[in-house]
Amino acid sequence: VKAVVRVPAALWALLAFAAVAIALWLLRALPGVAGLWAWLAAQFGFLQQPAGFGIAEGWLAFDSADSYARAFAAGLVNTVRAAVPAAVLAVVLGTLLGIGRLTSHLLVRALCTAYVETLRNVPLLVQLLMLYFALTHLLPDSTEPVQLLPGWWLSKGGLSLPWPVREDGAFWPSRLDWPEPTAFNVIGGAALSPEYLTIVLGLGLYTAAFVAEIVRAGIGSVSSGQKLAAQALGMQPGQQLRLVVLPQALRVIVPALTNQLLSLVKNSSLAVAVGYPELVSVANTSLNSTGRAFECIAIVMAVYLVLSLSISAAMNMYNARVALRGWR
Amino acid sequence: MRKTHSAALAAGALLLALASTTAQAGKTLDAVKARGTVKCGVTNGVAGFSAPDTQGNWSGLDVDTCRAIAAAVLGDAKKAEFVPLNSQQRFAALQAGEVDILTRNTTWNLTRDASLGLNFTTINYYDGQGFLVPKKIKVTSAKQLKGATICTQAGTTNEKNVAEWSKAQGIPVKTVVFESFEASFKAFFSGRCQAFTTDTSALAGLRNKEAPNPDDYIILPELISKEPLAPAVKRGDDEWFAIVKWVPNALIEAEELGITQANIDKLRTDSKDPAQQRLIGTGDDLGKLLGLDKDWSYHSIKAVGNHGEMFERNVGPKSALQLPRGVNNLWSKGGLLYAMPVR
Repeated sequence: VKAVVRVPAALWALLAFAAVAIALWLLRALPGVAGLWAWLAAQFGFLQQPAGFGIAEGWLAFDSADSYARAFAAGLVNTVRAAVPAAVLAVVLGTLLGIGRLTSHLLVRALCTAYVETLRNVPLLVQLLMLYFALTHLLPDSTEPVQLLPGWWLSKGGLSLPWPVREDGAFWPSRLDWPEPTAFNVIGGAALSPEYLTIVLGLGLYTAAFVAEIVRAGIGSVSSGQKLAAQALGMQPGQQLRLVVLPQALRVIVPALTNQLLSLVKNSSLAVAVGYPELVSVANTSLNSTGRAFECIAIVMAVYLVLSLSISAAMNMYNARVALRGWR
Repeated sequence: MRKTHSAALAAGALLLALASTTAQAGKTLDAVKARGTVKCGVTNGVAGFSAPDTQGNWSGLDVDTCRAIAAAVLGDAKKAEFVPLNSQQRFAALQAGEVDILTRNTTWNLTRDASLGLNFTTINYYDGQGFLVPKKIKVTSAKQLKGATICTQAGTTNEKNVAEWSKAQGIPVKTVVFESFEASFKAFFSGRCQAFTTDTSALAGLRNKEAPNPDDYIILPELISKEPLAPAVKRGDDEWFAIVKWVPNALIEAEELGITQANIDKLRTDSKDPAQQRLIGTGDDLGKLLGLDKDWSYHSIKAVGNHGEMFERNVGPKSALQLPRGVNNLWSKGGLLYAMPVR
């Protein structure tokens, strides 16, 4: 049977957006279209002005003299910086929990059930605030950090660890930058702020509870006859799971998992409540200093839409690979 | 020829005078009268300016400004309705007409005045941005904050001021910003930041009301900005703009003339001073020019007292904030308050 490769709907949507944008760009000389571009330039021209506020952390270096456009870019990068580790955490932990809920070991099963029922039944915002205030209350003051491992400092200022850095002009990192405690804060190395740790852990742990249920349902959907057949062939329990059960369960799991990943990315906007400077936080500040409410919200909408459609397209392509062949 | 010319001029002047004495009531005033309440946008809780108590009763300087306007317009200070707005919502809420006035300790600056579709009215508090720090970090001047982490609220002029100050002074700092004021000061008191920055008046409120132990915190002497706080109205309704501009002026003039909440009723029968009479409703009818009752300013002063009384009660020595009068005193006492003449 020949596998039919279908282009996912999300990819079509993305392509359609791109096509409209390119067409408008090519036709920019036409009177009607020129008016549209002039209007856009007038509305969104503020993006080129200096932003005038600082962004505390992130991968994209940002200075208060940089433009609003760069501030939005830095915000987007920060959203990705939080969402990707959170998604990895959610999928890995969620899979383990899902399998844990199906084991015959009573204690493991009870713990996994308790985890899932607690985490998925408390609003995410509440969990984030709890986690954040727990972190900032319990950790030692940033003037008195504790050293966990050589060069690993933990305090209210966050977790600082040694990080490889490049010398000027070099391509590969050549040495480690070691964090050092100073008068107020630990400086140097890679710093993971409490705000960042909160959003990554909070989002990851919360979404893991949903992923666990999806994995459990996926495994449950494989008929027990399959497992018995695998046993009859003399497979070990690990082999049964890896070779027979999971490949069939993935067909059920992947589409539902896509939804969870989309939710995770969108939920990352709650980071604004705990002081992590992601896209929505940057948009809020920009909105306030420029008064351009509609434009800033429109940018946020467009960015989330593109981000979500991209994830959706990627997941759909993965789904096409694991789905049952020849059934379409 | 010359005579007819001057006659025409006189007739024109008369017409103008007639037109100006019967002021057009604006659409906001009509809407307020029809609704029976004045809706004011306030904070979610900044002590001394607008904060609800445990019973949900609002108090503060901004709240009293709103009550004074409700009293002037509707004759009853209780007809002020308060809509809590965070700093991101405030301008959109005013533009959308969700509130009639923004009395939400909002700084008057050029960008906001020129680009947000609003008009600022009369400054009710002259503020400046400062820093609150715990004593244990042993900092006595903002210049020593090099390398510090500073907490503040997102979407405020404070956030930009501190970035600008840090750049201009060459003092690198890291700012952690939170969406809500409450989250930002809670993070500071938990020790996340070495300093908290906002307007000094709000710092005093935080130190005295929210700090675990007020004596463990000090406000640094430096002010890094000017923050004139003023009520604002939506553009496009000059009549409403005039009302919101003149009620606070009347409260300041009442203080200049010694009219208080306590003595106003006595003055209403006794006063022979025409300037006082204009404010207490026994002199010229200036309310008509604003589209209000003759007793507009009487109702305001009766409801909230003069500006000095409002200050004393909400932020001054009698309040939890215990702020000195300083630049917020009358011009005749070395301050900046100067009422445009109510006449």
